[in-house]
Amino acid sequence: MQEPQITQDLIAAHGLKPDEYARILEIIGREPTFTELGIFSAMWNEHCSYKSSKKWLRTLHTTGERVICGPGENAGVVDIGDGQAVVFKMESHNHPSYIEPHQGAATGVGGILRDVFTMGARPIAAMDALSFGLPGHEKTTHLVKGVVEGIGSYGNCFGVPNVGGEVRFHRSYNGNCLVNAFAAGLAETDKIFYSAASGVGMPVVYLGAKTGRDGVGGATMASAEFDDTIEEKRPTVQVGDPFTEKCLLEACLELMDSGSVISIQDMGAAGLTCSAVEMGDKGGLGIRLNLDAVPQREANMTAYEMMLSESQERMLMVLKPEKEAEARAIFEKWDLDFAIVGETIPEDRFLIVHGNTVKADLPLSKLASSAPEYDRPWVETPAAAPLGALPEIAPIAGLMALIGSPNHAHKAWVWEQYDTQVMADTLRRPGLGAGIVRVHGTEKALAFTSDVTPRYVRANPYEGGKQAVAEAWRNLCAVGAEPLAATDNLNFGNPEKPEIMGQFVGAIKGIGEACRALDFPVVSGNVSLYNETDGKGILPTPTIGAVGLLRTADEIIGGLAAEGDAAVLIGTRGTHLGQSALIAEAFGMEDGDAPAVDLERERRHGEFLRAQRAHLRGATDLSEGGLALAAFEMAEASGVGVTLDDSDIAALFGEDQARYLVAASPADAEALVAAGKAAGVPVSIIGRFGGDAISLGGDAAPLTELSKVFRSAFAQALGL
Amino acid sequence: MKAAVITFPGSNCDRDLACAFAEMGAEVTRVWHKDDALPAGTDIVAVPGGFSYGDYLRCGAIAARSPVAAALRAHAARGGLVLGVCNGFQILTELGLLPGALMRNAALRYICRPERLIVASTDSPFTAGYALGDAVTFPIAHHDGNYVIDAEGLARLKAEGRIAFRYATNPNGSVDDIAGVLSENRRVLGMMPHPERAMGMTGAQESADGSAFFRALCAAMTAA
Repeated sequence: MQEPQITQDLIAAHGLKPDEYARILEIIGREPTFTELGIFSAMWNEHCSYKSSKKWLRTLHTTGERVICGPGENAGVVDIGDGQAVVFKMESHNHPSYIEPHQGAATGVGGILRDVFTMGARPIAAMDALSFGLPGHEKTTHLVKGVVEGIGSYGNCFGVPNVGGEVRFHRSYNGNCLVNAFAAGLAETDKIFYSAASGVGMPVVYLGAKTGRDGVGGATMASAEFDDTIEEKRPTVQVGDPFTEKCLLEACLELMDSGSVISIQDMGAAGLTCSAVEMGDKGGLGIRLNLDAVPQREANMTAYEMMLSESQERMLMVLKPEKEAEARAIFEKWDLDFAIVGETIPEDRFLIVHGNTVKADLPLSKLASSAPEYDRPWVETPAAAPLGALPEIAPIAGLMALIGSPNHAHKAWVWEQYDTQVMADTLRRPGLGAGIVRVHGTEKALAFTSDVTPRYVRANPYEGGKQAVAEAWRNLCAVGAEPLAATDNLNFGNPEKPEIMGQFVGAIKGIGEACRALDFPVVSGNVSLYNETDGKGILPTPTIGAVGLLRTADEIIGGLAAEGDAAVLIGTRGTHLGQSALIAEAFGMEDGDAPAVDLERERRHGEFLRAQRAHLRGATDLSEGGLALAAFEMAEASGVGVTLDDSDIAALFGEDQARYLVAASPADAEALVAAGKAAGVPVSIIGRFGGDAISLGGDAAPLTELSKVFRSAFAQALGL
Repeated sequence: MKAAVITFPGSNCDRDLACAFAEMGAEVTRVWHKDDALPAGTDIVAVPGGFSYGDYLRCGAIAARSPVAAALRAHAARGGLVLGVCNGFQILTELGLLPGALMRNAALRYICRPERLIVASTDSPFTAGYALGDAVTFPIAHHDGNYVIDAEGLARLKAEGRIAFRYATNPNGSVDDIAGVLSENRRVLGMMPHPERAMGMTGAQESADGSAFFRALCAAMTAA
């Protein structure tokens, strides 16, 4: 088939800027073929090349004693002792999910699971952080239903427990929802698989599902802003098949066990192109692919389509030649495709042959390493104006504004559609702080959380970035886990606007600072830019996913209170209402500065809490909604009332950082106060659990009444 | 006591079931769906939950026609014990080893949560460890757990005391709140809830009622 002529329009349609095209001409010294243009556009789009963010990502804290592999591979790898490692990453699938919520979200889950098992790890936990537009917006209910269903359909079938996440609503996401999927797996430290090919003349093997036309150009779509032509983009969303992925998982793990694999890379964004270039580049080798051998789902596919297809559930592997028969047998057992589609070559070439014609012949290392890198202009976000006078509100009315909002209401409607217990190792399901999963067959357990408060980040990117990390760290401490490491999923608007780039830079600086101070390295991550519709950006949303370790399940700090327990505050009395959930939900205000994060204090209070676990019945971190919301949630989950003595609105709803609420017997509470004095940590008894009312500074309402609101508000707001 | 756990492509609770049996002292063998025989001396065959063959066509329909099905049928015909959980229950109804069928949940949504069950029959090796009317809590996790059977079939199940478990609060629209049913000879049990997910792990804020289920089952088999 005749390939189209390269024209200015064609170049622009591939998302390549004129200077980027000039760079291509310079690298190859001639006009590219159509297939080559597609390959460049796939490698150089924002999604794959990180061209706007790389400069800043390098500043993050990414190393540590336990870090086996930091950013740059499919997922981060962290040592958890006894020859075991946790492998994890978070990645966005925002644009596909907005265009086609079910498949977009499902394939987001599929992609992140593949990233984890590509490295030799069996996935053991998943989480999803979701941001939607306002409940009243015409698209929101449709998106929530589709995204939740899509996540469930994929993860449930694949068989990984979903143990946490977030769901938020804000008008800035009306035209651009966020779907950030996290997965973690368990591997042996001496059986981690990487993508770097090695050895010349080694067979390049294609594994998994067949290649179709789905997702052609998906990565380029994911790097563009949306406008009113969005409906035309639906065909660029891939279709997922979790059944094939489950078979692919089992086949890959069996194959890795057999010692046949030299290197392996999943086909994610930009499919065959990205995976092959990655393997060759990291191994300092060239790759020759014969596309006639690629298993195809549709007839008459062109080289261009095959190279850019984002068909799901596919892997590329470099195989030890002597193990071919054994490897083939494993894939035949699982009824999956296994095809030798090429080989490693000594010269620096990415050579694509189809129907005995060379369709692309490019310098491979240049494709990977010569992607443009931008130092985009940015402006510092101006300091937020101080919070002015607030309207009066009674404590219970304030609490009602929070628990009656879908942002803070009980979200069982969401997580009950996810299998939270498959693998039979779930120690704590979603709904009570961090999720916890036992390390199968051991005494150890891992805790998982994902956090960010986008309003803070908009008001003050630096403090907001710090806060996202600190809150994740705090959530892990609250369940008794030692925080190990984090993954960041950075969702921002158009980086070509200096103020958006300023948000990005500020948030990265804050994240970097917090991770260094808490010795909490970022081991993997993903950047999603251009989250804008018709020129309007989302709230800056750098989601932090994090993992903590419990040496034995006895180290777990529970989340519940019992009748007669004291309510104990670790940390200072609340004062900060700027950018708080209370003023957003009760008054519709998003004013003031984000709360400041004192990282030294954060660390001291977290370590204190974990050291005092013998005195705690239950603990929770304080975040959005402050003390009042945390106390309500703990009481509600425990089926008891709670009385807080303070009637001051800032004390009840302030969102000052480095704080925990603890339930402890009266004697243990006294012991905590004494221990706090000795350690220089503020600890105060601020109320008690019990009875059947929620009482905030003398203003009270029956627990059953509030519980009803809390448990029905989510479905009600969305008309579900 | 020998338990054989079948793995179909798409099974994802096979390991969980195998662990639950092993924890109660059973000797566990894993059986691949393309095998055409069960290990010699198998006392109980466990058909696990998951999405066998991706739930394509109809939940359990393809698995019921896979190579191992004939051996499973023969085992049941000999009076061997068979436990099907979740997708396993769906497969057993597709095999015709249990009456009725599992339809889409009444709310049309997948549901995963702990569910309280009432023991409705103690006359089986699976439920002999309970007293009639006992409450146990097992998680459910399914999209198609809405048990249906015609009026005549239901009358028979009731008359013969073959309803093993009922939901205390019906989560999925199942007729007569049925969560699990027994075969005519009471040697085959199919149930949607997952006892293997309630094994009472240290640190879990969940039910330990599943270990009682497997303990009683293993004791009944050893005694037999």
